[in-house]
Amino acid sequence: MMKTDSRSVLIAILSAAAAGVLFGVGLGISGMSRPTKVLAFLDVTGAWDPSLAFVMMGAIGVHCLAVVVAKRRERTPLGGIFHWPKPAAVDKPLLVGAALFGVGWGLGGLCPGPALLGAASGSAASILFVVAMVAGMLVRHASARREAARSS
Amino acid sequence: METFTPISSLVGGSLIGLAASVLLLFHGRVAGIAGILGETLRGDGTRGEGVFRAAFLVGLAAAGLTLRVVYPAAFAAAGSSSAAGLALVAGAGVLVGYGTRLGSGCTSGHGVCGISRLSKRSIAATLTFMAAGGATVFVVRHVLGVAR
Repeated sequence: MMKTDSRSVLIAILSAAAAGVLFGVGLGISGMSRPTKVLAFLDVTGAWDPSLAFVMMGAIGVHCLAVVVAKRRERTPLGGIFHWPKPAAVDKPLLVGAALFGVGWGLGGLCPGPALLGAASGSAASILFVVAMVAGMLVRHASARREAARSS
Repeated sequence: METFTPISSLVGGSLIGLAASVLLLFHGRVAGIAGILGETLRGDGTRGEGVFRAAFLVGLAAAGLTLRVVYPAAFAAAGSSSAAGLALVAGAGVLVGYGTRLGSGCTSGHGVCGISRLSKRSIAATLTFMAAGGATVFVVRHVLGVAR
């Protein structure tokens, strides 16, 4: 059971907000929030900028240590459980979804985190991108509901 | 023309990994931005989960506002504001929103958190979206010859 005393709730809210700040600052420093830099990373046969591979190395290098620590624990310090994604097969929705995402990423140079960061910074293009991204998400939620209704 | 920035990219990436680690160790959660935003839109889960997601998104937005003032270069070089440019941005946004929800994750959820767990699904998804992104840029820049 997740602890619900006021101190634990405060720690939960502050740590989630701090994670959001760190995530955003990390995106900004790394170059991930610059669409031109993302596109230069994806442009392997052009003026290739491999910087974003270093973003992935830094992020995975730090995070895999946290995974090792978390795997050895039953509960979080706040008493909650670890919500590990259930192991599942590589299936068609995963690959089709990833491919569609990749095409959008290659067209706009933005993925969800940098898009939200840019929208919060007041960038008009990022705000437009986020509105369209939310619309795309809602379309998928609606089709997932229809699939669930059909199969039940 | 973008310059190679291994140090700042490695440092920024490490901060992203640290942020994901805070979410995992304190909340037991995977830091997938598409998932956090998508579940917020769906309004699923307990009140505690809603508060956790909202707090994370507020933190991310605060970082965006702050960077705009102290480090505007983080957002420099926005795309074209022509009608065609805006239509492209909107189309790209729809594809990213639909694709990340269908494919259960984005650069952070699959690319950072999933690969750190050595998840086969996340490795397959990351290879797929990297390849699709690379192919798209290749077609746009080198086949169609559009300079972006």
